[in-house]
Amino acid sequence: MSKQTAAPPSAAKAEEQQSSTGAGVVDAPPQVDPQLLKKERDQAKERQKDRFSGVDKDQLIELYRQMLLIRRFEEKSAEAYVAGKIGGFCHLYIGQEAVGVGTISAIRKDDYVLASYREHGLALAKGMSARAIMAELFGKATGCSKGKGGSMHMFDKSLGFLGGHAIVGGQIPLATGTAFATKYQGTDQVTLCYFGEAAVNQGAFHESLNMAQLWKLPCIYICENNQYGMGTSLARAMSLQNIAQKACAYNMASEFVDGMDVLAVREATLRAVERARKEYLPTLLEIRTYRFMGHSMSDPGNYRTRAEIEKYQERDPIKLFSASLLEEKIVDQKTLDEIDRKIHEEVEDSQRFADESPLPDPKELYTDVYANPIEPGRK
Amino acid sequence: MATKVIMPKLSPTMEEGQISRWLKKEGDKVSMGEPLAEIDTDKATMEMQALGNGVLRKILINEGQSAPLGQLIAVIGEADEDIAALLSEAPAQPQLQEQKETDVPPKAPDATQPQPQLQEQKEADRPPSAPNLAPANGRQPQASSTASGTGRMIVSPLAARMAAEAGIDLRSLQGSGPGGRIIKRDIEAVISKPKAAPTPSYVQQAGASAYRDEPASQIRQTIAKRLVTSIGPVPHFFLTTEIEMDRAAEMRKGINALDPDLKISINDIIIKVAAAALIQHPQVNASYQEKIVRYYEQADIGVAVAIEDGLITPVVRAADQKSLSQIAGEVRELAERARSKRLKPEEYTGATFSVSNLGMFGIDEFTAVINPPEGAILAIGAMSAKPVVRENEIVIRQMMRVTMSCDHRVIDGATGAKFLQTFKKILENPLYLVV
Amino acid sequence: MAIITIREALNQALREELARDEKVFLMGEEVAEYDGAYKVTKGLLHEFGNKRVIDTPITELGFAGLGVGAAMAGLRPVIEFMTFNFSILATDQIINSAAKMLYMSGGQFNIPIVFRGPSGSAFQVSSQHSQALESWYAYFPGLKVVMPSTPADAKGLLKSAIRDDDPVIFMEQERMYGQKGEVPDDPDFTIPLGVADVKREGTDVTIVARSLTVPLALKAAEQLQEQGVSCEVIDPRTIRPLDIDTIVASVKKTNRVVIAEESHPICGVGAEISAEIMERAFDYLDAPVKRVSGVDVPMPYAKNLENLAIPDVNRIVAAVREVAYLD
Repeated sequence: MSKQTAAPPSAAKAEEQQSSTGAGVVDAPPQVDPQLLKKERDQAKERQKDRFSGVDKDQLIELYRQMLLIRRFEEKSAEAYVAGKIGGFCHLYIGQEAVGVGTISAIRKDDYVLASYREHGLALAKGMSARAIMAELFGKATGCSKGKGGSMHMFDKSLGFLGGHAIVGGQIPLATGTAFATKYQGTDQVTLCYFGEAAVNQGAFHESLNMAQLWKLPCIYICENNQYGMGTSLARAMSLQNIAQKACAYNMASEFVDGMDVLAVREATLRAVERARKEYLPTLLEIRTYRFMGHSMSDPGNYRTRAEIEKYQERDPIKLFSASLLEEKIVDQKTLDEIDRKIHEEVEDSQRFADESPLPDPKELYTDVYANPIEPGRK
Repeated sequence: MATKVIMPKLSPTMEEGQISRWLKKEGDKVSMGEPLAEIDTDKATMEMQALGNGVLRKILINEGQSAPLGQLIAVIGEADEDIAALLSEAPAQPQLQEQKETDVPPKAPDATQPQPQLQEQKEADRPPSAPNLAPANGRQPQASSTASGTGRMIVSPLAARMAAEAGIDLRSLQGSGPGGRIIKRDIEAVISKPKAAPTPSYVQQAGASAYRDEPASQIRQTIAKRLVTSIGPVPHFFLTTEIEMDRAAEMRKGINALDPDLKISINDIIIKVAAAALIQHPQVNASYQEKIVRYYEQADIGVAVAIEDGLITPVVRAADQKSLSQIAGEVRELAERARSKRLKPEEYTGATFSVSNLGMFGIDEFTAVINPPEGAILAIGAMSAKPVVRENEIVIRQMMRVTMSCDHRVIDGATGAKFLQTFKKILENPLYLVV
Repeated sequence: MAIITIREALNQALREELARDEKVFLMGEEVAEYDGAYKVTKGLLHEFGNKRVIDTPITELGFAGLGVGAAMAGLRPVIEFMTFNFSILATDQIINSAAKMLYMSGGQFNIPIVFRGPSGSAFQVSSQHSQALESWYAYFPGLKVVMPSTPADAKGLLKSAIRDDDPVIFMEQERMYGQKGEVPDDPDFTIPLGVADVKREGTDVTIVARSLTVPLALKAAEQLQEQGVSCEVIDPRTIRPLDIDTIVASVKKTNRVVIAEESHPICGVGAEISAEIMERAFDYLDAPVKRVSGVDVPMPYAKNLENLAIPDVNRIVAAVREVAYLD
């Protein structure tokens, strides 16, 4: 269920949101009712199938493929991390695939994407190769950032993927800036800015949304509300937990979206993109989703119950989508298996590539500090 | 109130002093200014004065013993005073407060009696040169930069480099910077560069002569170092004899008349004769080498040559086997190279015997210091016409006095005397040379 | 050659660079309609319009980040902080975004941005408005830090900073905006970053000064000349990258150095210069390097206390005399 709004502030109420998940936003009941889960899932599937008519078959399959690629890639990354091949932090996108794939499917190649540190999935969706990302995770010279960024700093200028930022909310003013620049330069490019719901509490969020609406900047602020900021649930961090509602403070358009439904996400994004391209107006999208793994690979995850996680896995966006596709006879199981197999190969290949790639040359320690390094004293 | 007597700085370069003689003994009454002891410094023996009144309660360093500057060497106090506390301080504090490298003025003078004397000295020590000299903000006079004993010298990096390049010994300098730091202008003062106003360091002691310190040249330092190892440990004794040089002088004239290129000198003849005598007296052509006596097989004669800032002794090897003309030529060449500092080390080391001639300066006789490890050295005086008695008649003869210094460890009186006899015999009758 | 104030020189630089390159724009609080809190941006809105000269809400972190994002997308922003005291709010974007973007993207995104504004003390504006923050920014690889002290330096360096492809922290001084000096008429007059300027030649003592302390050092040098001491005054102009070679060459000549700075001594630029001199010219030092810095206290309001907190000519003269062993 998503709420559509036009430019005036939305009147979304917290209770209405609860209906989409069948339970309170923040209180995961310790007891899981399997019947309720099944009912929810079926309802979601029906809603999703309603959306199929707007999308052609190849595109649907592509959406599926991308989500699965992200899923398998992230699983592989988890494996590589525990094997010690990935150092530092590794924040996985498992469970949130529909958000990344759905949103990015609604934009062009020349539009900009800025994200937080949980960006591998977004990078893949934007078109970066699994090889370049895996090599970056392994800290190799062939990584997209030459091994100098790591998991949290993936960049690709040619594809308009502007990182990968590790300070919570740090990317929000940056995205506002790229939107400013595209408008300044007279193009109709838009910027998608991804952040978690906990980032909404940062001053940078409020400062950015204020400027974006004030100056009419084509930026789409996508809050991936996975309900936990690291170990802190939304309830413990936010006085008004309705994030989409906060847009009214800036007189900005907003929508609440079911993030487990890739097509719902795509449609909401298309609306926001249109608003941005045609009217240079920003939108705040609150996309409710869930991460099945911990905040990062180092997270023991003691702040959630097993039951809660299981509940959401009933709403696994990939499972949901594949079920819908099969039931609508868009694809058959054989095709799905084939896609699965190809993705498996692609991911395996990316790991092989990363394994075999060299570490950066020690000279690279000193490069890229300045675009124009100055020899002091030289006149 | 007891007074500490500490080893005073009696010369600018003194680092420790040796008690030569106590002039008072424990229990004697002492009053301010009275001489208390004679102290041997690196330069001379100086008198130390008492700087307090009372009784010499305790002497801590005995005659013949040394102590570094600032060390407690005695205590003056009242006869019945308890001086245990003061005594416990010796010699744990070998250093004067001032020697520490701080900018803090030295401790107030009441603590250590000798300070007024030192302070006076230090104030006097400071160069009075024009440009830059008022004491820093009313600080006490600065400590000498050459710290006592184990104290550190403080030098600015620049000054250290300048001193190293100029071959200046920093220990001979007084620093005019804070805490006694030796700084650029102190080095410049020594080098006396034209651009900086030369600031000679004039030390003024009441009544004593003014003097000027210059860094010792390398050669002077070498002479000093070497000869101290001679006259100190080597037991010298001296034999003098007078030699009638008429026939030698005539021989010289005759030889030189043969050929204008031959320019034999009396000294050349002396060298040859000495070499001949040495071969006849091998115990003199010898060297004491710590439980070994080394007897040389040839006579390598070191000939003392005065040069610009010192003295060097180039060697005529195997002089016993060389003709007079050869000796003359060699000596001339070696002397010339010595004066232009072009001698190689093998040319001025390894003599077995030395000859030093101050006759040309009108010296009648003198005693020379043996060049270690040689066994002896011959000091030649001037030749002059003198009345002598020959066969009961007074006649005029050219007389020359020679003094031989012998190392008693290898040459005894008789041995040396016999050598000298031979030497005299040959020199008085040079025809012996061809026999 | 014209004689203009630093304020005017900066204004000219901005005007010329806005005219020269469409991608340059100006953003900050009160820069447009107010003509700039210190009138540095006077007349620019009128000339270039509100697309190029933009007033912001009071939202330093936001607009600093916006500037960095705009730079990533191809523009060349000049972001004004009304004073650098307020830049503290924006440091996350200056440091974590601007300084590091090129490196962590493996060389893909350079940030050709200038953050400018007055830094250091003014007149009785008290502790929160008087901070000299150059050592903070000079600390980070990826940033360049510039501090001009004359109108010519201000103009030439600001133009170079705007043309530079990296983030430049351009720190002016509020007390000095009215200072006059000669500036070349050449519309393309620039001064390269990373080059120090010998503001006065001398032989006895080197004084390294920047920003506010440059005129003070020059006055001190005049006084000292009468006392027989010849001072060489060096203004690094660029703090990072620092032209240490010029400073070292001077120290090798004079053998003594005084560093005069408005900022606090601890972990300041003077400490950095001192360490570099010690490393490179150790054998040429006849005295320890002496720093004359702002006093290590928050800036007080009272006039007399404020004057005591900042270096003045007398303190510089005393320091020079000290390293020359004159007192």
